[in-house]
Amino acid sequence: MYATEKSGGELSGGGPSVGGMTDAIVVEGLVKRFGATTALDGVDLTVAEGSVLGLLGPNGAGKTTVVRILTTLLEADAGRVEVVGLDVSREADRVRAAIGLTGQYAAVDEYLTGFENLEMVGRLYRLGRAEARRRAGELLERFDLSGAADRPAKTYSGGMRRRLDIAASLIARPRVLFLDEPTTGLDPRSRLSMWEFIADLADGGTTILLTTQYLEEADRLADRMVVIDRGRVIARGTADELKAQVGGQRLEFTVTDAAVLPGMVERLRPLAVEDPVVDVQARRLSLPVSGGAEVLAEALRRLDGATAEIFDVGLRRPDLDDVFLALTGRVAEEVATEDDPTAEPAITGGAR
Amino acid sequence: MSSMAATLSDSVVITKRNLIKVKRVPDLIVFATLSPIMFVLLFRYVFGGAIQLPPGTSYGEFLLPGIFAQTIVLGSTTTGASLAEDLQKGLIDRFRSLPMSRSAVLIGRTVADAGLNIISITVMALTGLVVGWRINSSVGEAVLGFVVLLLFAYAISWLMAMVGLLVRTPEVVNNASFIVIFPLTFVANTFVPLETFPSVLRTFAEWNPVSAVVQSARNLFGNTSPLAPTPDAWSLQNPVLYTLIWVVLILAVFVPLSVRAYRRAAGR
Repeated sequence: MYATEKSGGELSGGGPSVGGMTDAIVVEGLVKRFGATTALDGVDLTVAEGSVLGLLGPNGAGKTTVVRILTTLLEADAGRVEVVGLDVSREADRVRAAIGLTGQYAAVDEYLTGFENLEMVGRLYRLGRAEARRRAGELLERFDLSGAADRPAKTYSGGMRRRLDIAASLIARPRVLFLDEPTTGLDPRSRLSMWEFIADLADGGTTILLTTQYLEEADRLADRMVVIDRGRVIARGTADELKAQVGGQRLEFTVTDAAVLPGMVERLRPLAVEDPVVDVQARRLSLPVSGGAEVLAEALRRLDGATAEIFDVGLRRPDLDDVFLALTGRVAEEVATEDDPTAEPAITGGAR
Repeated sequence: MSSMAATLSDSVVITKRNLIKVKRVPDLIVFATLSPIMFVLLFRYVFGGAIQLPPGTSYGEFLLPGIFAQTIVLGSTTTGASLAEDLQKGLIDRFRSLPMSRSAVLIGRTVADAGLNIISITVMALTGLVVGWRINSSVGEAVLGFVVLLLFAYAISWLMAMVGLLVRTPEVVNNASFIVIFPLTFVANTFVPLETFPSVLRTFAEWNPVSAVVQSARNLFGNTSPLAPTPDAWSLQNPVLYTLIWVVLILAVFVPLSVRAYRRAAGR
């Protein structure tokens, strides 16, 4: 996918077509200060062309600040920031022609109809009038908004506005799409359909940088993740790598009588990759293992019928909540909801 | 596309967007026209009898150019409040992320607001004709009179644009601009002749650009009496020139400052 006919032809030295560059976004040593507060303290990240990066962190971690800098809305204080091979501050206009942005709050004009909103944004991306109208029609169709095309956006539900907002950012077929918390505030059903739209876009080859507080969302949509907290990257990798970083999977047994636990530990120890953890109070044994269901089968075999006291058994994989807890010492949801989203500049001091 | 043509085309798109809102929210038009009508009637009939005028002047003729000036200067505050609203709703962020001209949002805004001002000045003129205001000059002079009024209001729009982008809350923009606009339009020859002012206030009023705007309109509509005393201040002897100097000055300062404020505008 290419941005517009216009910028496509202008790309030259340093452009993405030169030298087989494969990273659509390159950020190195990014620093941003708001007064005395350091919002971003040396962030590095890259996003490969055509992939989806999930930028995770609690509110106030600096996610939105990263997005605002990458989309030319905010100037960095230090660091190298390139989008599709273009420097975001020196070649801002060419960057803008190649990107689409959907912010935290649906930025649609309430008084314009859905169609008029898209046509306006299309014209401002410098599409011709006919092309802008054609794209507007296509996108309304694709985002299930055709029926509401001629109604002012004021009458739209939250989910519809968000879809219109994403449609607007796609009108000029951007090569890189920034989605800043695209499902915050949506009901579960709208969230699911939004996920499908985003997954479709990713399949279509659009490079996406997605910020979210929802770990499930990142797990589902992102190829790779970067976790930031207090303006610094605290972890990065695929979901599996991050989970591995917190520890692999565990076998968990809950028994009806804690007295059987020592015996079980004895028998199962050969399967453990690390020391088993016994919680007598909870009558629970947690056994770090590697491998899948076959480990569970093997464990039951080793217990050899001595299972009368077993109340519950399961193979548990860490989810991103565990990752977050392990990395920050805080529970993601809890941290995420306590800050005022308008207090962006307060950033690093914000969270506990 | 050259950058001039691009700016023009983007500005047209934004102007159109702003005017669609006027069409969809009829309240805007209703209030933009009702309040001028109210002002005309209020001053004409409540204060009209109490105000001492130079011999040979009817209050209807004296009043209307003043009401025109006050109303459209107040109308210009819309620019600030609307931009603050766009900022709050994240629209300015969207526009700033687009490869569009950096001044088009402001040009489109101020031009649309000038459009609203044209509507309200038309309504006021018609109401004025009903309550005894007359144009006693040539068509050319009368048109120039309206142009001077609208130009000054347009310049004030750019000042308000900067206020709106810096203050960022529509309600605060409104309150803040009233504090400035009311003294500016009342400490002037808008509603009463300058001869009635105490001396310090009178000097301020003589050099107040709003007085010059009103004086220009009165001269160009033929609403002055030949028996009225010649004003002492240069500003009121050459009101059109003095007004145009202010227009150029305000635009020269606030166009660049507003564009700068737009480029740096931080949404929420």
